[in-house]
Amino acid sequence: MTHAPERFDFDVIAGWIRPGERVLDLGCGDGSLLRHLRDTRQVLGYGVELSPANVLACVKMGINVLQSDLERGLSGFESGGFDHVIMSLSLQAVHNTERLLREMLRVGREAAVSFPNFGYHSHRAAIAAGRMPVSKALPYRWYDSPNVRFFTIADFEDLCAAMKISILECHAFDESAMRVRDNPNLNASIALYRLGRTAPAA
Amino acid sequence: MSDSDNSNSVGAVTPQRVRFGAPIQLKGGAVLPDFELVFETYGELNAARSNAVLVCHALAGSHHVAGWYADQPGHLGWWDNLVGPGKPLDTNRFFVVGVNNLGGCYGSTGPVTPNPASGKPWGADFPVITVEDWVAAQARLADHLGIDVWAAVLGGSLGGMQALEWTLQFPHRIRHAMVIASTPKLTAQNIAFNEVARQAILTDPDFHAGHYYEHRAVPRRGLRLARMVGHITYLSDNQMDQKFGRQLHGGKHQFSYEVDFEVESYLRYQGDKFSRSFDANTYLLITKALDYFDPALDFGGDLKAALARAQANFFVASFDTDWRFPPQRSRELVHALLANRRNVTYAEIACTAGHDSFLLDDAHYHALMRAYFENIKL
Repeated sequence: MTHAPERFDFDVIAGWIRPGERVLDLGCGDGSLLRHLRDTRQVLGYGVELSPANVLACVKMGINVLQSDLERGLSGFESGGFDHVIMSLSLQAVHNTERLLREMLRVGREAAVSFPNFGYHSHRAAIAAGRMPVSKALPYRWYDSPNVRFFTIADFEDLCAAMKISILECHAFDESAMRVRDNPNLNASIALYRLGRTAPAA
Repeated sequence: MSDSDNSNSVGAVTPQRVRFGAPIQLKGGAVLPDFELVFETYGELNAARSNAVLVCHALAGSHHVAGWYADQPGHLGWWDNLVGPGKPLDTNRFFVVGVNNLGGCYGSTGPVTPNPASGKPWGADFPVITVEDWVAAQARLADHLGIDVWAAVLGGSLGGMQALEWTLQFPHRIRHAMVIASTPKLTAQNIAFNEVARQAILTDPDFHAGHYYEHRAVPRRGLRLARMVGHITYLSDNQMDQKFGRQLHGGKHQFSYEVDFEVESYLRYQGDKFSRSFDANTYLLITKALDYFDPALDFGGDLKAALARAQANFFVASFDTDWRFPPQRSRELVHALLANRRNVTYAEIACTAGHDSFLLDDAHYHALMRAYFENIKL
């Protein structure tokens, strides 16, 4: 849930954002991504965090942060209030996945979502060997994990289709942060999506 | 101050007084031909005059925000844990101003001061004051001190309303508004509590329609009840239970209407103390100022539209056990600010002490305040 400094997906996300945009980062950790976007894209950014330590870290960094529980949804946020709503490696840690995805695309024109891919080959191998996977992308053990949803790239794309969310871009990465183009559901440990609303059929 | 280490205290302070000769038009229609404000300052105004911070008081507060008086070393300022050298609001860096609001009873022009028309105390004839009037009067003080723009205006509860009002009435004279345990308007329940307090005072036989000074009377019973009911709403249910539970004052049930439970003793003590030091007319006036505050009223209830004027950056904080001004009220403010594209940070702080949490030195709360102040550019 916490952004390591200069995480590899920062530049991909920054590439999706035009200068001066309004950005909301859900589960923003210590505010590193927003700081990166402020410094490189001059965004008007806000983070949402529940953890007091992370809220304090954001305030120290001079990042706008709103302390709120994402399980409560985004009901106070105006529709269309943001250009991009980002959720970086946090979607797997909330229960109300469908509602949150819907809310992200109500509040934002586009969403940027990244998550650990449960279908990654080392995760499959762990399960095949009878153990829950522990990896760089899923660093927790089953009993201390903040993650509550375990899903694969294929599962996520099915949900997007069912919810009529359009996938505008997908970047998949392996554990050494290399871009994966061949069978990402097997070979990628992290997936990063740019999502848009789908216009209702005429 | 009995603590041997005074290194982070502003030390002994002296209140100052300033008279404003020009009339002030009040929101309620009345005009005060002139008025005085009592205030204190801590730290030094820098050459650029960019480091001034105004601390606004709530219902029972005053200009005495930090430090103590040479002749009353035990009389610490009401926010002394926040304000001082090396404290979260660091007086080595900021020039901090505390002011007793217009209508107050700690030295500024108010019901207890003489009405120039009669030479007698204003009493009930003192005009009803609003948060807007307080801020207008505070702006006169800023002029007097040579402060064009506050680095920050902050306050808890009613003090937070004043910080918010500064951003609306003088959008270009405030860079940061820190609105803590506050609300953009009172709910019906809040007004109801205030009305109970007012009725306690108004129906006290010693109130004499607000002219009790000339009857050499004090509506002490009314003030006492007002404070008791108020005090209950400032604490949380859990905290009261932890502090008092069902502890008996005298060790056993008395089967009388004297004090049985410790909580009764505590409330009576708080009520007595307050009724000896506070003025009943000021209490009435301040509760009305609370009730009337509603910047969205002129915008058909649309808070977003009301806040469109604001230019400041905002720090908003609430406390999870505050049921007087609960987090939901702060969230409404935050979302209206977001809709206006203001920079805003919002913290929802876990603290057991209810509404009064804002006065405590909870480590996380003070760390947030310190971090926010440190990022204010001078």
